Amino acid sequence: MDTFVQQLINGLTIGSIYALIALGYTMVYGILRLINFAHGDIYMVGAYAGFILATSLGFASEPSAFGFVVTLVGSMAIAAAIGMAIERFAYRPVRKFSKMTTLITAIGMSLLIEYLFVFIFSGTPRSFPQLLPNSNITLFGNATISTSQILIFAVSILLMILLQWIIFKTKIGKAMRAVSFNINSAKLMGINTDFVIAFTFALGSALAAAGGVLTAQYNPKIEPLMGIMTGLKAFVAAVLGGIGNIPGAVLGGLLIGAAETLVVGYGSTIGIPSTYRDAVAFAILIIVLLVRPAGLLGSNVQEKV
Amino acid sequence: MTRVLLTITLVFSIFCSFACVQKGANTSTSTTTGDTIKVGVYGDLTGQTSSFGQSTKNGIELAVEEINAGGGVNGKKIQLVIEDDQGRPEQAKTVVSKLISQDKVQAVLGEVASTNSLAAAPVAQEAKIPMITPSSTNPKVTEVGDYISRVCFIDPFQGSVMAKFAANTLKAKTAAILGDVNSDYSKGLTQFFEEEFTKLGGKLVAKEAYTQTDPDFKGQLTKIRNLKPDVIYIPGYYGQVGIIAKQARELDMTMPLLGGDGWDSPEIWKLGGDSLKNTFISNHYSAENPAPEIQNFVKAYKAKFNVEPDSLAALAYDAAKVLADAIKRAGGTDSVKLKDAINSTKDFAGVTGKITIDKTRNAVKPAVVLELDPASSKLKFKETISPEGSAPAANTGSNTNTAAAANSNK
Amino acid sequence: MTSSIKTFGIAAVCIAAFYVLNAMMSSTGFFGVGIDDYQARLFAFIGINIILATSLNLINGFTGQFSIGHAGFMAVGAYASAFFTVTYGKAIEGSFGFLGETVASSLVLLIAIVIGAIVAALMGLIVGIPSLRLKGDYLAIVTLGFAEIIRIVILNIDAVGGATGYQVSGYANFLWIGIFALITVVVIRNIVRSDMGRALISIREDELAAEAMGVNTTRYKVTSFAIGSAFAGVAGVLFAHYNKFLSTNDFQFIKSFEIIIMIVIGGMGSMTGAILGAIIVTLLPELLRQLPDIQIGSTVFKFADLRLVIFALILIMTMILRPQGILGTSELGGFLKRFRRADKSTGGLS
Repeated sequence: MDTFVQQLINGLTIGSIYALIALGYTMVYGILRLINFAHGDIYMVGAYAGFILATSLGFASEPSAFGFVVTLVGSMAIAAAIGMAIERFAYRPVRKFSKMTTLITAIGMSLLIEYLFVFIFSGTPRSFPQLLPNSNITLFGNATISTSQILIFAVSILLMILLQWIIFKTKIGKAMRAVSFNINSAKLMGINTDFVIAFTFALGSALAAAGGVLTAQYNPKIEPLMGIMTGLKAFVAAVLGGIGNIPGAVLGGLLIGAAETLVVGYGSTIGIPSTYRDAVAFAILIIVLLVRPAGLLGSNVQEKV
Repeated sequence: MTRVLLTITLVFSIFCSFACVQKGANTSTSTTTGDTIKVGVYGDLTGQTSSFGQSTKNGIELAVEEINAGGGVNGKKIQLVIEDDQGRPEQAKTVVSKLISQDKVQAVLGEVASTNSLAAAPVAQEAKIPMITPSSTNPKVTEVGDYISRVCFIDPFQGSVMAKFAANTLKAKTAAILGDVNSDYSKGLTQFFEEEFTKLGGKLVAKEAYTQTDPDFKGQLTKIRNLKPDVIYIPGYYGQVGIIAKQARELDMTMPLLGGDGWDSPEIWKLGGDSLKNTFISNHYSAENPAPEIQNFVKAYKAKFNVEPDSLAALAYDAAKVLADAIKRAGGTDSVKLKDAINSTKDFAGVTGKITIDKTRNAVKPAVVLELDPASSKLKFKETISPEGSAPAANTGSNTNTAAAANSNK
Repeated sequence: MTSSIKTFGIAAVCIAAFYVLNAMMSSTGFFGVGIDDYQARLFAFIGINIILATSLNLINGFTGQFSIGHAGFMAVGAYASAFFTVTYGKAIEGSFGFLGETVASSLVLLIAIVIGAIVAALMGLIVGIPSLRLKGDYLAIVTLGFAEIIRIVILNIDAVGGATGYQVSGYANFLWIGIFALITVVVIRNIVRSDMGRALISIREDELAAEAMGVNTTRYKVTSFAIGSAFAGVAGVLFAHYNKFLSTNDFQFIKSFEIIIMIVIGGMGSMTGAILGAIIVTLLPELLRQLPDIQIGSTVFKFADLRLVIFALILIMTMILRPQGILGTSELGGFLKRFRRADKSTGGLS
């Protein structure tokens, strides 16, 4: 029993990270119908931004809550700015073109960020400094949870509540929902759609950066290509939950994280070796899409003739 | 139809114009070889394993700088031509053929990953250009042919060293393995650790795997925790094992963790911290060793690149030095003589130990077992395990040769 | 009648050219004129990439489906056929030895190609069937997922080398690659120009309308997937037996992206565009290797290290400045013709 609880905690930790990144995917997709392949790399950029902030401002040497908050917020701000810049200079010019064009631009952007970071920082992994003291808490029996895991849960939940508030209680949130419902009607209603889209990118990028910094607290190795697989799985999580649907992205992220860890922990008893971990996310995705193409919480859109 | 005709002619003219451009470039490069010796280096500088490629490149660059500062080899300076293969075997093969046929290099140094070396080695073998791999440990690599050699020991030896250490020194009865599914290095060590450990009467209770992109390892560790092994063998690279050690300790797993030379990097202290207490690795050398070669290398490397060298850098440095030594002994770069000179390297005092190339073109040298000490961020010398008799009773004849060659050297 | 004679003529000329190129790649060269190994490899990869690009073009460019997992089908074809030639190749060569060495090894390669094509086509069917329910991005991500699953499964099969890689005999040479590139281009061109091609293009333009006009969209979509995958399998077979080494690291999704980049740069839905794209994507990163180092003060800027950054920038700029790709949906011949026509006519819309 405690092993199962342990595995569940492990899975939900990583699932929360997927959920944070998936939110960015789902918001951008909801508004632009664009798979922002560069989003996983923004997660990496966030981790690097946090790394540079923490080391240059001297938070690395002495762990403090203040240092952590400054690093987290700072890297979120930097990532938000980069996300907006990417939208402005790469995606906006191709927005009116075909889906394939925008997708290729996104792939190109992803490659550009990755190789640029490899060029600047080299592929050598860096170790992210410990910003908060880490200790272990034994829940019961053998099940333990570390403070960095609690931190991931707490900050993720906080950010998700904040996001929910922005989307449903503020004016800009209303505008975002309007744009995602129908961009042309929104424009006719006097909404500055360009601004709303830029804001969406900023919001999504900030969440991904938070994911990056939180992961780096838990798993301090950061490297320029760390965003590829994690980003892809987060995207899978977004599709699984129903792309464009915010609670869906969170649900999808947690499900993928938990499923992965449970396969590692118990897969071999049903004939799936733990080496298939990366295949699990995709297999779940394919099965869910075949049964429910709109995802778990997504609503089926009827095609108009 | 004329359109198609026109199209095809156009495509062909593009083809041919390309070939012509390349031909022109070709003739100009071949004339430049005067009083320099061109050596090709290939490695992953931009891909998933680029940290290995960068270390290797640094090690080679440092060695060549020292050689050239000392007047070069036989009065000729060594000129490096470095190409990036993105860690893709297909690209590794392409760049090695570029190095050989376009840049006309006289020898090739590389790769780290055995997969990439295996892909590229046949090109060097067919072109009869000697290739020394600093750190590809899969036995198959040098089996490609007599122009391929290496300065590191092979998986069977290193895997069995740690199995012996676990069974004899740590008196472990049960062990678990946590390996990297995507790495041939890790798979090789896993296989030979398992063979030797069970031969010595131990029991393997779990064999789990991870990939380098995994964001956490607690799933695998939790599973291993339930089986309560005496030791865990983690044949991986420092980028992951530092985290694995940290997460294992977070799960209250206090048993000794064992590893290989892939752990040896200054980064591991930052990644693993205090969790690295009670961990042991097999390695080529101990940086604590007061021998002047080692101390000078560590000092020079730190001065040039501002980081401490890892084992890949040390091996790369040795590979370049062994090559230079062989060129000196061969009196030039005639490929047959150079190959023979490399293959007859004997007791070369390298940073990573005395290197002797045996009949199967593998380096024969003892391994050291080191204990990690996070308090001082140093690797403490534990014991030396020599290759004699340590080759496992594996199928290939090459292993017995290794042992025999080692014996004859004694 | 005359057109078919012409077609055969062109094919004969092409094959002769491939033969000469192939001879130039051998150690003795063609009457002493030779191409070095590196250039030979690039020629061969251009051929393989042409097969990959034209076959993906059938799915993405002409049928309007959205597959971003082409490398997965290539991997299936490569590994299945390599397993066959490694296990049975020598035996078959031995039993057909009386036909001569060249014929026997050609026979092995041809069987390998058939196996690779069939296995990849079956995989294509398996992926194609979900495409009945999924559209656009959803299909894209499913194909990507399938390709990754295929790669991970192969990585876990120790019989084909696992992480170490798989050594394969070199049955294929440039001549074979050239011939199969030619076959692929001709077959796909004929499909596109046939009734089926019209149906595929109608699906691309408007699936609902096509269905209303009585086009069996389901059947055509799945067929297009299967044919495209089969050719990707052929490319995989040729890659395996030319490269003589297989590793799952060569089939990561970056490879699928590369194939998409080929058809998008060249122009989706254009045969010559796909060919052009294949040539550009093969050669451009290699040409960027030649970039010189620039020394400013004491720091040396290695431009060759930036080559992948430059490649990505070129990709983004192409999309922004010429989103339809170099050729759009038109063919190179027609493009030139129109260009000439526009040149002659003095202004105005034509």
